[in-house]
Amino acid sequence: MNQMLNRFKQLAFVGCCTLLISVSCYAQDQTVKVGVLHSLSGTMAISEDTVKNSTLLAIDQVNASGGVLGKKIVPVIEDGSSDPAIFSQKAQKLIQEDKVVTVFGGWTSASRKAMLPVFERFHSLLWYPVQFEGNECSSNIMYSGAQPNQQILPALDWAFEKGKKKVFLLGSDYVFPRTANLILKKHILKNGGVVAGEEYVPLGGTDFSAIITKIKIAKPDVVFSTVNGDSNVSFFKQLTAAGITQTQLPVMSFSIAEQEAKAMGPSLVNGSYTAWNYFQSLSNVKNKEFIAAYKAKYGKDAVLDDPMVHGYIDVLIWAAAVKKAGSFDPNAVRKAATQLGSIASPLGDIKFAENQSLYQTAYVGQLQPDGQIKVLWQSKGALHPDPYDALAFPGKTCVVK
Amino acid sequence: MGHFAIVAGQIFNGFSVGSILLLIALGLALSFGLMNVINMAHGEMLMVGGYLSYLACKIVHGPMSLLFAFLFAFVGSALLGALLEVTIIRWLYGRPLDTLLATWGVSLILQQGARSLFGPIGVEVVAPAWLDGAVSFNHGFLAGLSMPYVRIFIIVVTVVVLGLLTLFIARTRWGLYLRAVHQDREMAQALGVNTKLVDLLVFSVGTGVAGLAGAALALIAPVTPTVGQNYIVYAFLVVIVGGLGSLFGTTLAALFVGLISSAVQMFTSVSLADVFLLVLVIVFIQFRPRGIIFARSRNMKEA
Repeated sequence: MNQMLNRFKQLAFVGCCTLLISVSCYAQDQTVKVGVLHSLSGTMAISEDTVKNSTLLAIDQVNASGGVLGKKIVPVIEDGSSDPAIFSQKAQKLIQEDKVVTVFGGWTSASRKAMLPVFERFHSLLWYPVQFEGNECSSNIMYSGAQPNQQILPALDWAFEKGKKKVFLLGSDYVFPRTANLILKKHILKNGGVVAGEEYVPLGGTDFSAIITKIKIAKPDVVFSTVNGDSNVSFFKQLTAAGITQTQLPVMSFSIAEQEAKAMGPSLVNGSYTAWNYFQSLSNVKNKEFIAAYKAKYGKDAVLDDPMVHGYIDVLIWAAAVKKAGSFDPNAVRKAATQLGSIASPLGDIKFAENQSLYQTAYVGQLQPDGQIKVLWQSKGALHPDPYDALAFPGKTCVVK
Repeated sequence: MGHFAIVAGQIFNGFSVGSILLLIALGLALSFGLMNVINMAHGEMLMVGGYLSYLACKIVHGPMSLLFAFLFAFVGSALLGALLEVTIIRWLYGRPLDTLLATWGVSLILQQGARSLFGPIGVEVVAPAWLDGAVSFNHGFLAGLSMPYVRIFIIVVTVVVLGLLTLFIARTRWGLYLRAVHQDREMAQALGVNTKLVDLLVFSVGTGVAGLAGAALALIAPVTPTVGQNYIVYAFLVVIVGGLGSLFGTTLAALFVGLISSAVQMFTSVSLADVFLLVLVIVFIQFRPRGIIFARSRNMKEA
């Protein structure tokens, strides 16, 4: 009797196992995992949290239209904690443990630089949604944000056109601002302008007192600011407290968009300038649909900005590339992505270039009291992405294998 | 801007930075300097003060909201400090390394708590209208100098807090107990001083002052879950350079750090100024390991 019971138990156990395995195999067949890796805490959370949201919106939309290759996309969300080392760890975790087919994420160049070797080592693919300083080109990253010749240099051209030729360069102390300012300096000097000063604050720094004194002494026509994250709140608060208004000395920021303006309080940055490849105020059909869908999911007070749109279109392009390639293999996907041709998006018609960066139109805008940005200028058509500025990095070109 | 104006401006900036540091370090000077408790959660008391003043400004509007906010920040973080003392610190007196670990844990919990409650994005306290603007000089040798009211206000708050603390320690009965406990705990206890109550009071006052620092800082920078982390190292640095247990030394050290860093920042950059400051402190500690002002501690046997 006892023996029989044991045998029965054994049989039941084996049966259950078989059932479990087949169920899990079945489940695996129906879904595909992708990583979403952004800072949900720390100084960068002010900017990155919403990029995560727009990425999830795109995943929802792709799933609603039947998924990719018949599979439902399941996002695995990880927090990079504004710390490059954690970004690198989490990227590895996503690829190795979660077995994601691709990762959407990153904001600071430091986080991207930290993740880069991980994606190269595991032959995986990262979709990076933010403007960056160039001087990098990896076949394991799809760079959908602006290259220097699509954001900072058009902004400089615009400032020179307006007669603002004495430029003060201010940034957070890490790779993007330092490289961006290197490129800007070369172009300012070449075009007969003056570099009135160059200063850096630690990422997350809150004290700008000495820098504001230096700005007052230097008397520039414009401040080009690559200050990142919520340090911007301290900078603008202290600038205003020191009696410097935007009409006296305008600031052109490359890290403040609608989301930051909203979080900081629009009055704080009212009248300052910014340059991006997308503003919420752009009027095209796809943009209106995008705004409506986002607000339906995240509340009607939500605002949209450039990196969010790039986080959104990255997913759509990835899905389109997977369909074209007929596979989730990163190598096949990235090649398919550059051969997709133009796709309509909230940014207008977009297309990846051979070097895995996006063709984009550059805009310069001014922040309005309601936190929206009024377009003052736009480039003639989409600019070809060029990660290696010819003046700052002579002789280098981007060739992806 | 003339040279005088620049120098005067930087001295003002130095006092401004120094005054914030002093507000943070004063509380630490009480707990670390007088009670030998290494409170790693002190920075989070600053954060709590910042969030409390944010909440207070949401509740009370009008020109006086800020004073209410300061009061709220002080009382709230003092109560939190008292809770911390009763539940954790009290059981770990005389075990500095254990307090370090335990309070570090508390600091992480508080950071995560703030993140869950208020979100990862910093919140802002908008200074009331009467603090908008600055004292500006348009003529004479100080032309171009402007001193924001907000920064002047913070300096005034610091001076008032420092004055009140000094009075408290030098003139009140509890201050007398505090000094007695600091000099010789057992003897004070034998003479009938309720040392446990003294410890509780001192610790709560210390965290309350840190809360005030948070409310002051909120006027010029955003309040984030990690705001305390930016300041805790400097607070320890100020207390150690000043000399353990000496409020006067702490004051001198805070001004010294503020003035040096704002002077060096003028000639170099912010990051380099930090490096310079740390090197200076390392050299200073080599020659004066007990800080600027050496106060006798209750642990004379150790000295």
